[in-house]
Amino acid sequence: MSRITDAFSHGKAFIPFLTCGDPDLETTEAAVRAMAAAGADLIELGIPFSDPTAEGPVIQAANQRALASGTTTDKIFEMVRRLRKDVTTPMVFMTYANVVFSYGTERFVSTAAEAGMDGLILPDVPYEEKGEFAPVCRKYGLDFISLIAPTSEGRIAMIAREAEGFLYCVSSLGVTGVRGEITTDVGRMVRLAKEANPDLPCAVGFGVSTPDQAAALAHTADGVIVGSAIVTLAQQYGREAVPHIRDYVADMKAALSRP
Amino acid sequence: MSKGRFGIHGGQYIPETLMNAVNELEEAYNHYKDDPEFQAELTELLNEYAGRPSRLYYARRMTEDLGGAKIYLKREDLNHTGAHKINNVLGQALLARKMGKTRLIAETGAGQHGVATATAAALFGMECVVFMGEEDTRRQALNVYKMRLLGATVVPVTSGTATLKDACSAAFREWTTRIADTHYCLGSVMGPHPFPTIVRDFQAVISREIKAQMLEKEGRLPDAVLACVGGGSNAIGAFYHFIDDPSVRLIGCEAAGRGVDTPDTAATIATGKLGIFHGMKSYFCQDEFGQIAPVYSISAGLDYPGIGPEHAMLHDTGRAEYVAVTDEEAVNAFEYLSRTEGIIPAIESAHAVAHAVKLAPAMGKDKIIVINISGRGDKDCAAIARYRGEEISE
Repeated sequence: MSRITDAFSHGKAFIPFLTCGDPDLETTEAAVRAMAAAGADLIELGIPFSDPTAEGPVIQAANQRALASGTTTDKIFEMVRRLRKDVTTPMVFMTYANVVFSYGTERFVSTAAEAGMDGLILPDVPYEEKGEFAPVCRKYGLDFISLIAPTSEGRIAMIAREAEGFLYCVSSLGVTGVRGEITTDVGRMVRLAKEANPDLPCAVGFGVSTPDQAAALAHTADGVIVGSAIVTLAQQYGREAVPHIRDYVADMKAALSRP
Repeated sequence: MSKGRFGIHGGQYIPETLMNAVNELEEAYNHYKDDPEFQAELTELLNEYAGRPSRLYYARRMTEDLGGAKIYLKREDLNHTGAHKINNVLGQALLARKMGKTRLIAETGAGQHGVATATAAALFGMECVVFMGEEDTRRQALNVYKMRLLGATVVPVTSGTATLKDACSAAFREWTTRIADTHYCLGSVMGPHPFPTIVRDFQAVISREIKAQMLEKEGRLPDAVLACVGGGSNAIGAFYHFIDDPSVRLIGCEAAGRGVDTPDTAATIATGKLGIFHGMKSYFCQDEFGQIAPVYSISAGLDYPGIGPEHAMLHDTGRAEYVAVTDEEAVNAFEYLSRTEGIIPAIESAHAVAHAVKLAPAMGKDKIIVINISGRGDKDCAAIARYRGEEISE
């Protein structure tokens, strides 16, 4: 069992996302420790990219702030090494293909694995292009995370069959960001994925922000991913954001544990 | 290797949300590209509405002045809406209509592609939204007005560097939000497969005509074809039917901005490296960690940090050459062509004119150069006047 599948073995998984280096890496490092302590089951670390085409305005702005503060891929690797001295929560990187490719895909993946990362999410690498990344990840023991979207009709089984770690179910059309309500039939997406790959954990993201939304989605999925709501706290409180993020993660994890 | 490759370049690096949309587009295109009825409709539109075929004009005064190769100008500036962009847009709008789409979205840099898309949307009674970098809405205010006049909504994009790449990212984001009724009418030979192929095929009419016109006028092929390159749609259009004719030099002219040794440049082949962005693998201006560089050119239409994947391949194989032309050289050429031939070229096209001015004197009088004048320069007059220190009101 990989550390990622292990994350789904303690009830419904809560998966928070943070953009590394927003507003600086010291704050990110403290926030990751706080999220782990508050019950996060898996943590997504965003490596900032200049042009994050799958992100809404909140995470776009976080990427800009992180780059403006001098955050680089190498500095993020160093932060992960420091975190891994005491944090055992599984962690995956979320970034864009060019960040990995320009670093040298093999060099990036081997360094990430050596630093203690467990997986990699590249939202601009669909099933058709994963042959360039997934085998390298497998070689170094990282899970290459696949995504399905509300428009994936006819593709879900194909994607789910080859998915590793967990399946990232994009709840809504469009880009990342908080949404008042999620109208997609997430239950159907998860059902189709499970038919193709019964043991694959399915986590839902895009648009989720409130404990009630999370609790509702937990009925149909194995985990819930939250990005923009946490990044909004980072934006609002800057270097003082850590306790706010910790409390939010604790509330969300509690909501997911509701019977 | 996945679909839509040009050598190692191209591919489909896009969010899963868009995969069925590009697959649907590819399927529709493969069906209609060989459909005689579709082709007849498109030809009718290109000829009767856009004013094709465009002229291949012998630039006698320029030829005599430079004293070398004979120079012909392919007059894409004479097309309806004033640039080559209409060739692609009419093709894609027709395709979108056949696919049942009722709404077109587009990115635009200089505004030429936006105006062309707004024009086609007006003609076909479709809704139209154009994304344009806020910086460019200021540089190209006249085109913003034209798009609104044509019934389009223009969305100024403030993210990133507020130029063409950000407009393109915004259009991709919009497309993931609304796919069912919307076609993304991409303006250049870039983005995920099948766009580089579709746009190239619709622009290839340029080289098809040049070849026929040249054979008629001179009884032979030209020795060199020059075109400016941002994403590269007018260049690939001008090159395409000559790729298998090795005697024809194909020369793409990139925007060097203030110089390829300065940070203020948009010359991708000269200063970029291999990367993955906007759906494709190709060359991009970027830093050591893969962050896309904030590029610069006086020309809003060439102010893009990447180049289409087919150009990247033509560069790799050496079939085409890519040279860098500075703002100053392009502005000089803008003025030169205006005074010498009475033709005001787009500042984008002036980059190709500038290189021809350098190249022609070094070639014999028995040689022939074709310059693709991809657009007309009315839109640039205020900016060039400003560059020369003169404020004019439009």
